[in-house]
Amino acid sequence: MNNQFDDASRAVADAHEREWAFVLAATVRVADDIDLAEECVQDAYVAALDAWRRNGVPHNPAAWLTTTARNRALDTHRRNAVLRRKLPQLVDPTGDAAPDVVRIEDNIDSIEDDRLRLVFTCCHPAIGREAQVALTLRLICGLSTAEIAQAFLVPEPTMAARVTRAKKKISAAKIPYRVPESAELPDRLDAVLTVVHLLFTTGHTSPAGAQLVRSDLVIRATSLARMLHALMPDEREVCGLLGLILLTDARRDTRVEPDGRLLLLEEQDRSRWNRELITEGSALVVQALSGGVAGRFAIQAAIAAVHAEAPSYAETDWLQLLGLYDTLLGIWPSPVVALNRCVAVLMVYGPAIALAQVDQLDASGKLAGYRYLPATRADLLRRLDRFADAATAYRQAITLTDNEAERDFLFRRLAEVSP
Amino acid sequence: MAQYLILIYESEEAYLGATPEVRQDISAAHTRFAEQIPTLGATMLGGNALQPTATATSVRVDIVTDGPFVETKEALGGYYLIEATDLDQALAVAKLCPARFGGVEVRPIWDLAAG
Repeated sequence: MNNQFDDASRAVADAHEREWAFVLAATVRVADDIDLAEECVQDAYVAALDAWRRNGVPHNPAAWLTTTARNRALDTHRRNAVLRRKLPQLVDPTGDAAPDVVRIEDNIDSIEDDRLRLVFTCCHPAIGREAQVALTLRLICGLSTAEIAQAFLVPEPTMAARVTRAKKKISAAKIPYRVPESAELPDRLDAVLTVVHLLFTTGHTSPAGAQLVRSDLVIRATSLARMLHALMPDEREVCGLLGLILLTDARRDTRVEPDGRLLLLEEQDRSRWNRELITEGSALVVQALSGGVAGRFAIQAAIAAVHAEAPSYAETDWLQLLGLYDTLLGIWPSPVVALNRCVAVLMVYGPAIALAQVDQLDASGKLAGYRYLPATRADLLRRLDRFADAATAYRQAITLTDNEAERDFLFRRLAEVSP
Repeated sequence: MAQYLILIYESEEAYLGATPEVRQDISAAHTRFAEQIPTLGATMLGGNALQPTATATSVRVDIVTDGPFVETKEALGGYYLIEATDLDQALAVAKLCPARFGGVEVRPIWDLAAG
C-alpha cells in the first residue's frame, strides 16, 4: 500500500515535469481560454495524486491527465451555458451548447499533440520578448510565477503582472492558437528559437548572482530544445539550436573550479567535457548545415563544434572559426557576433589588429553597456602590455558585471595588471 | 458634408479603475452624446471603444512589436475599421496598409457587452 502511495507521488511529479505542456496544450483547445485551461490542468494533477494512490498509476498518465483536465473544462463551459439560459438578459445568448464530456476510456491514445500550437502562441511576435520567455516557462514548462521571478531575478509582482498582461493580450487581441503556415514559419520559428536560446544563455552565464551557471534554466532550455526537435525533426534551425545547446553545455562541469572560480576556455580540462553530448551535438550540426543556406543557429552550433572537437586551445582551427564568424555576420549582422569574432581575429592576426576592431565596435556605440566589450578590450590591452589602459578597461567591465564569478575573475586580472 | 474621426484621449488607469457606477454613468453619457448629434444637424457614422493600449500591436515596415505606436513625431492621420478572424489576419491586413511615413497600430475593439 505504502509502495503504491510513493509510486503515485513519484508518477505525478514525473508527469508534471514531462507532460505538463502536452496536457495543457490539449486542454487549451477544449477550454478555449488559457486561464481556464491552466486551472483545469492544475486540478487534474491534484485529482491524479488521489486517484493514482487509490487505483494505481494508469498506463498512460498524460492521457489520463488530459482527459480529466478536458472534462473539467467542458464541465465549466456547460455550467456557464446553463447560467446563460437562466440569465438570458445578462449575456449574449448565441453561445454554443457545450459538447459532451469526453469519456476517458474512449480517448486514451488519440489525443492530438498540440504543444507546437502552444509554443507558437507563447512566442507570438505581438507579445514582447520578456513576456514570451515568461509565458513559455509558465505554460510549456509549468513553472510557477514565483519560480520564474526567481529565475530572472525580478520581484514576483512584476513577473505576475507581466504574465497576466500577456495572457490578457492573447485573449483580448485574439492571438490565434495555431502553428503558422509555411510562408511565415521561418520568422515565427526564429522567435521561438530565440526564446529558448535566451533561456539557455541566461542559465549558461547568469546575468547576476553568486553562481556562474544556473543549471535549472539550462536544463529547462535543453528539454525545450529537445521537445522542439522531436516535434519538428526536419527543421534545420531547430537541429542547429539543439546542437548549439548540447555542444556548449558539454563544457558545463569544467567552467568553474569547485570553489566557484571561473575558468576560461583555454584553462578548462577538455578530458572532462561530456563526450556523449559532443557526439550528439556534432551530428545535429551536420544535419543543420546540410542543404541550402545555413541559418544563424546552425552556424553558431558549427562554431561550438569546432571548439568542442579541438584537442587543445592552441590546436583549435582558428582560421575556420574566423570563416564561420564571417559567414554568421553575413546573415546576422549583430554587434555581439562582431565582438565574439574578435577572439578569432586575435588568434589568427594577433592582439593589435583585434584591438583595432574592438575599438571600432566601441566607437559605433552599438554595444554601450555590454560588459564583454570592455572585458575583451582589457584582455587585448593586457596582451599588448598596455597595463594602465587594461586596468581602466577592467574597472569599466567590473562596474557592468553583476555575476560574482565573473567579477572575481575580472578583479584577479585587474590585480595582475596593476603595479 | 465632411467626415471627421473624433478621438477620445483619456487616462486608461482612471478608466480601468472606475467603479461599475462610474462606468454606467460614462455609458449613459455616451448614449446622450449620440442622441444629441442629430440635433446639431450632424450624423454619427460609427464608433467603438478600444481595448487598453496593453493589447495593442504595432507594425512598422513589416516588423511586428508588442505595444501601441508611440512616436511623437508622427500624428494619427487616419484609421480603418476592419473585421478579421484573429490577430494574425488583422496583422496581415495591417502589413498591406499604406503608411510610408510611419507605421500602423492594430488595436482590438472592446466588445463591452461581452465584458
